[in-house]
Amino acid sequence: MPDRLTRFFASRTGIILAGAAIGVLAPLLQRLGNPANMGICVACFERDIAGALGLHRAAAVQYIRPEIIGFVLGAMLAAHAFGEFRARAGSAPIVRFVLGIFAMVGALAFLGCPWRATLRLAGGDLNAILGLVGLTAGIAVGVEFLKSGYNLGRAQKTYTAVGWILPLLMVGFLLLLLGKPTFSPGGPIFFSTSGPGSMHAPLLLALGVGLFVGMLAQRTRFCTMGAIRDLILMRETHLLSGLAALLAAAFFANLLLGQFRLGFSPQPVAHSSHLWNFLGMALSGLAFTLAGGCPGRQLFLSGEGDGDAAIFVMGMIVGAGFAHNFALAGSPDAVVDGILRTGGLTPYGMGAVILGLAACLLIGLTMREKIGKGA
Amino acid sequence: MTTVDARGLSCPQPVLLARKAIDAGQFPIQVLVESVTSRENVRRMAEKAGCRVAVAEVGAEFRLTLSK
Repeated sequence: MPDRLTRFFASRTGIILAGAAIGVLAPLLQRLGNPANMGICVACFERDIAGALGLHRAAAVQYIRPEIIGFVLGAMLAAHAFGEFRARAGSAPIVRFVLGIFAMVGALAFLGCPWRATLRLAGGDLNAILGLVGLTAGIAVGVEFLKSGYNLGRAQKTYTAVGWILPLLMVGFLLLLLGKPTFSPGGPIFFSTSGPGSMHAPLLLALGVGLFVGMLAQRTRFCTMGAIRDLILMRETHLLSGLAALLAAAFFANLLLGQFRLGFSPQPVAHSSHLWNFLGMALSGLAFTLAGGCPGRQLFLSGEGDGDAAIFVMGMIVGAGFAHNFALAGSPDAVVDGILRTGGLTPYGMGAVILGLAACLLIGLTMREKIGKGA
Repeated sequence: MTTVDARGLSCPQPVLLARKAIDAGQFPIQVLVESVTSRENVRRMAEKAGCRVAVAEVGAEFRLTLSK
């Protein structure tokens, strides 16, 4: 029976089911309180966690998001249930940490991960097109590195306890969320009282959705970066059908829930600075490709015991701290006194995206094994 | 007989290495992988490329034998 289930989840029907489930659940979470076009956003939610911990002090984006906790723990439960939990680590961890930092810098320049880019498009936000085109461009560059021998080397089997570190950290986050302790006057733990960080679906519901999506994604290996990478690299559309299902399901869910607004500006928690939407996501796409998974996939892998994916996750959380402390994150378009003010990046943010692209190109260029020399 | 040792390598390396071996055409090809994900990915690619795929579980690892 487990084998038959495994084959079902590995099938095209399985991946379409996973994408469609995320596509329906994210707009529902938005309906239940999550920020607009941000029913689920892995990058934004990790950024909110970084804020709650005080790693950055942007008051509008601080909350311990139970969805992220659920993703890791759900994946861990599924991996255990099917005998797939394998503790492994040691494939260039420092590189993965750096890639995580720059993946987050790019995502926060655009204001979203690939999941949110897709959800934004499904909500009518046309800026997401620039983001998704940028994402594809970044992945295409990464694919060129893969073709020319780029890889970060083998992971080693390790102690089971190593695989438990990120899941246990998530349990710790859950305790902080439930107990809401204040470590010094005023916090941390910080919880936004206004802005996106203050908007959230009921805790148990969000956690439940997180667990469910975590389990489903672990079984089906849902990955947004992999969807585009496999198409470019191998003309393989398996994962892409999951991403397409997410887009289609979220589009119809938004229509039904009255959450669809077509246009460029102003869109919720989004800016219409086209070049930086493109370049921000290009940076993220390249970093994801070099690290082997989108931010969601890295969480699910962490739940399966992958210590290298866990390092990437930590890199993203630290990257969120840098992004807000150093004013690198994009600021959304806003209507002030009836006048539309276009948001976008500060010069520091632009510099960080360029620096990130340069760093990723260097990683891609310098970490290649000679083709034919074995792997 | 070709052997591809893809143990410890993460996505998409096992698939890329297996495909390179298929292109080289020295059948049968043995592919060693550690994770169920890699097993399913290599199986999917190989079947699409017209190979027969036999899977054996060896301890905590998998050995796929690809033949034409």
